[in-house]
This record gives sequence, C-alpha cells and structure tokens, in this order.
Amino acid sequence: MEHPNYNYDVVKKFTLATVFWGIVGFAAGIFIALQMVFPDLNIEPYLSFGRLRPLHTSAVIFAFGGNALFATSYYVVQRTCHVRLWNDGLANFTFWGYQFFIVIAALGYVLGVNQSKEYAQPEWYADLWLTVVWVAYLVVYFMTIVNRKVSHLYVANWFYLAFIITVAVLHLGNGLALPIGVLDAKSYSAFSGVQSAMIQWWYAHNAVGFFLTAGFLGMMYYFIPKQAERPIYSYRLSIVHFWSLIFIYMWAGPHHLHYTALPDWAQTLGMTFSIMLWMPSWGGMINGVMTLSGAWNKLREDPVLQFMIVALAFYGMSTFEGPLMSIRYVNALSHYTDWTIGHVHSGALGWVGFISFGALYHLVPKLWGREKLYSTKLVSLHLWIATLGIVFYIAAMWVSGIMQGLMWRDYNEMGFLEYSFVESVMAMKPFYIIRVLGGVLYLAGALIMAYNFWRTIRGDVNEKEYNNNALQGAAA
Amino acid sequence: MSWSNHEHLEKNALLLLVLVIVVISIGGIVEIIPLFRKETVIEPVTGMRPYTPLELAGQNIYIRENCMACHSQQIRPLRDEVVRYGHYSLAAESMYDHPFLWGSKRTGPDLARVGGKYSDEWHKAHLVEPRDLVPESIMPSYSFLLKRGAKLHDLDKHLATLKTLGVPYTDEMIENAEKDAIAQAHGEARSEIGGLQERYGEKVNARDFDGQPNIISEMDALIAYLQVLGTMVDFNAIKDVEDIGETGGAE
Repeated sequence: MEHPNYNYDVVKKFTLATVFWGIVGFAAGIFIALQMVFPDLNIEPYLSFGRLRPLHTSAVIFAFGGNALFATSYYVVQRTCHVRLWNDGLANFTFWGYQFFIVIAALGYVLGVNQSKEYAQPEWYADLWLTVVWVAYLVVYFMTIVNRKVSHLYVANWFYLAFIITVAVLHLGNGLALPIGVLDAKSYSAFSGVQSAMIQWWYAHNAVGFFLTAGFLGMMYYFIPKQAERPIYSYRLSIVHFWSLIFIYMWAGPHHLHYTALPDWAQTLGMTFSIMLWMPSWGGMINGVMTLSGAWNKLREDPVLQFMIVALAFYGMSTFEGPLMSIRYVNALSHYTDWTIGHVHSGALGWVGFISFGALYHLVPKLWGREKLYSTKLVSLHLWIATLGIVFYIAAMWVSGIMQGLMWRDYNEMGFLEYSFVESVMAMKPFYIIRVLGGVLYLAGALIMAYNFWRTIRGDVNEKEYNNNALQGAAA
Repeated sequence: MSWSNHEHLEKNALLLLVLVIVVISIGGIVEIIPLFRKETVIEPVTGMRPYTPLELAGQNIYIRENCMACHSQQIRPLRDEVVRYGHYSLAAESMYDHPFLWGSKRTGPDLARVGGKYSDEWHKAHLVEPRDLVPESIMPSYSFLLKRGAKLHDLDKHLATLKTLGVPYTDEMIENAEKDAIAQAHGEARSEIGGLQERYGEKVNARDFDGQPNIISEMDALIAYLQVLGTMVDFNAIKDVEDIGETGGAE
C-alpha cells in the first residue's frame, strides 16, 4: 500500500529531544541523589536541593516523558489514520514552543521562581505559554483525526486524546493564580489551604493518571502490537479498561491527603476509588501482555519487545503497590517517607521509561529509513543494565522508607519516642548510596541507547553481530 | 447494549472527545466543589490572622527555595506525630496559605509548629550551616540569606493581591505594608511597633531576628515566618469549644 506523505520531520525532532532531555533528567536525578548523601554538593543559592528537585522532576516527566508523548502520538496518529499530520507549521510550533516552555520553567527553578506546587511549579507566565502550546497540540492532533482516511479510530488514539484533553483541564484548574503585577514573576494561587490541597492533588495524581499513564498506554497500544506483529488481545477489554480507567483515576487524588485536614469523606472516596483503580490498570497490563499470544517466541529473541513487556510488568507492579499505599492504615506508615519515592520510580523508571525506550527503538530505524538498529545486542545490554538499576533503586527505597516510617513511630518501654528525627536521617545513608548506584546504571543504559541511535542514524550496522546471527541461523 | 454501539464513538471523534470530558469531570466535581462550602471544612478557631508583611516575605522565600520538598507542614492525628511535633494540624491553620504548603515528604522534620521551639540565634546558625548544630544533617546551607536584603518595597502589592483572593487584609494593612515589615524587623528598641500590633495583634514577634541591625535581610523574613508557624491558634479556646460541644444543649 502506498504511504501518504507523513510528516516525520517533527516526529524526528521530538524523538531526539526525548533522548536529550532523558539524559539531562536522569543526570539531574543522580546529582540530587548525591546531594542527599553529600550535602556539601548543595551550591547555594542556585544549585541547592530545593531548587534542583523540581528541575529533575520536570525534566523527566515533562521534558523526557512529554517529548516522548509528542513524538509517538504524532507518529501513531498519522500511521493509524493514514493521513499526514495536520498543518506542518503548527506542528512545528508545538515542538519549539514546548522546548521553550521547558527552558523557561527550568531557568525559573534555578533562579528561584517556583510556585511550590508539586509537578506544577512553573509560575503564571510559563503556565500561560504552556496553555498556548497545549491548545495547539490538541488542535493538530484532533484535526489529524478529523481528516483520517479510515472510519474507525484506533484505540491508541482514544488514550492519546484523553491524555491531551485531560491534561489541559487539570492544568487550567490547578494553575488558576493571580500575579502581583503584569511585570512580576510572582503570583498567588487562587486557592488556599484545604481547597488548594485537594485541587493540587486532583491535578498531580491525574498528571500521573493521564500524562504518565493514559498517554503511555496509547504508546503501548500501538507499539506492542506492531513490534509483536499481533493484533491487540481483546477489543472489549480495551473498551472497558479505557472508560473505567479515565473515570476512576479522577477520584483518586485524596489518597495523597490521608489524615490531613481534608474532610474524612473526601479521603475515604479517594481511598475507595484508588483501590478500584487496580482493576482497570491491570486490564491494560493484561491486554498488552496477552497480545503476545501465539508470538511468545518473539519475546525470547527481540530485546525491543522485552523492553515493552518489562515495562508492563513494572506497570502492573506499581499499579498494585499504589492501591495498597492508598489504604489509610498503610498510608499512615508510608506517607512522608521514601517508600513513596520508590513507588514513583518503579512507575517512572520501569513503566514510563521502558515503554518509551521500547517505542524509541522501534521508531528510530523507521524514521530515518534504516533497515534495522545499529546493534540489537546493545539494546539487550541497555535493558539489563537499566533493569538492574531500577531494582537497586526501588529496593533501597522500600527498605529506607519502611525503616523511616517505623523509626518515627517507635516507642521505648518508658513510652517515649525511641528515635530523634536526625537518627532516622542517619539510618538512610547506606540506602541513599545504593539509590545513586541504581540511578547511575539507569543513566548508563540511556547513554548506550543514545550511542546506538547515533550509529543507527548515521546508517551504520554492526556487521559482526548480524553476521554471527546469520551464521547461527544457518547452523540451526 | 451491544459492544457494537461503541463504534459510534470510534467513528465520531468529536463525540468521543465530549464524552471523555464528561467522564473525567465527574470525580473532580464531586470531590472539589463541596469544599468551597468553607464552613463545613474549616472549623472556627480563635487566634488565626493573616501573615504580617515580613512573615509573608519569609513565606515567599520558603516557597522560592522549595523548602516543602523536604519539610511538611501537616501534623497528622497519629500518636507519634502529636508527641513529636505537637497538636495535629487544623484546616484553619493553612487557610491563608496560597498555595497550601503541607508537603508530601519528610526528608527533614515537620515544621507546622516549629514557631517558638528554637531561638532566633539557633535558626540563624542552623540556616547558615546546618551541620554546625546538627552534624548528621543533610540540609543545604542558606548563608546567602544573611547578606541579601529582603524585598520590602512591593509588599503592598502582595497584600493587595491576597486581599483580592480573599485573605482579610485591610486597606490600612496594605498601605502600611512596608512600614510594618520594617517595624517588625527592628523591634521595639528601634521602631514604633504600636501600629503593627494594632493591625496584627499584641502577640506579634517584633525584633531583630538575624542579629544584624544594619540590614533587614531575607534571613530576618524567613525566621519571622518560621517563628510564627503553628503559634497563632489559641488551643485553650478550642478546648472550651469542644467542652461545650460535649455537654451539648444541657445549658
């Protein structure tokens, strides 16, 4: 079949930006992890932990994750709608506009412009700019769908569409703020106290639910069937899982506010829906994994597919852990501790990172017109080194988090608290070192990927590797 | 209903988009809108007042440095937390915080009731070099706050903005914002603090927080903020209210 003249140019740009920001974001994570072991690495005022932490979170979520979502959604919507991306100029604007947002947000953090709302730190001017870019994104994406040459909209596009529109709603709702003057960077949030807390976690939890889940499920629904060369396991499951996931996620925010001044009824609703969320989450995992039915042998041979399936395994694990931690009595222990950090990273490094790496490995040869990647062995190396890194990271955070929680609530036989706060800080040190090691392995994997892409784009093929494979194939 | 009905959505992108918006809106509407009936969310307490201009400048340094990445300001009603940090946090105590600063991580201790627990000198020395006082601390140093002058001249704009958003600042407070900030950082010895006390109450801390009489530094502002945290509510008065509640309509 004749391909329409797809706009791969903008997809290529987003792909390269994904790799670049991924490396920046992972490196920033390692640096702030090191600061927690060696506090002298805090270089005041610009490079202190407080200012760099949002730099790390924004770089990995919005810069790495965001660019991966732009790249894959623009690719998938063209391929599944059999039509060129609507309006090259506007698509290009979303690329440069989004990179500009990332840069002004990051500069703001380092210079001390920060709203102190988690995952929504940029000030009002950056928020307004992001709104413009995001509306352009919605328009480009939606118009491409409208122009499609096929009658049915493929399931990946439902997820991408839900992600784009919901992130817009969340951003506008949580971002409402009043600047002190049009020439001042400073603004005050329209909401205070309890209302501010509820709206913030409605936003932040669904940034996880839609930015880091629905969007990446869209990626999963296209790239796993493509890589496995199998149709998606169950059409009905995708319908049930899609609508229940997007409905239930929106209620789960209050589990971040257990035992706080938020009214109990809201906490209970948040907990209840968080537990219900387990099912649609696993619905997605099952639909992805079972797509390999009849093609399990490919999993043995193809490290790109391995990336995607390991991603789903981490997705399954962290979407089980999440509901568990949302139970009030578990949360009493886990909240405020490193357990939360570990949970987030099993989702971010394992699910978001790996499904993106898998998609990128699929994309790069296709976009640059290469027959195959420079080296499949390097993909395999990346997979194992990064998996090991994640295991170091999350195991360290489980131990340190649960230890913290237990130390804080420990009493001696006289009925007094057993530990001072700083004793819990001291106990964390070995685990913080292990975490750094985990991060270094994960970054090393990403650098191997970048090298592999560079060689692939140049048109190189590791002849030795492929010849060996051919010989083995002949011998068998 | 048959599965094939879903086809209508797969063929009509606009319908799909609209239905997605409806489905995602429900949870937020149910959980957020009722919270704006504030009388059902924020229990009445005595003693809460808006921050003084200097304290607000301090809170803005706290926000700028993203202190909430490591310090919570929300004590949960759990035995160990109440023993370690004090009375659990009330909704009223953050009702003037735009945004809330409850935080989600305790790399360092909770600060909701840190006010009055340590001396100004302790805070100053600790912020300059935490490890001088707590050798195992992993907190960054903030010595630059001592040298940097607090920005006071535009505090009226800050107060006016917050007033628009519902914080009960009076016109008089807005007009006197800079003056009040200076008076609070100078203290009784060097300034007339009658106006400040009239506007923000007798209890307001007015003194040279950073021990540098020649400059009103960001350190002054931050310590003024830290020293008021958790100290506003009169818990004796609350106890009375609870007692009345327990005896019910007996009287």
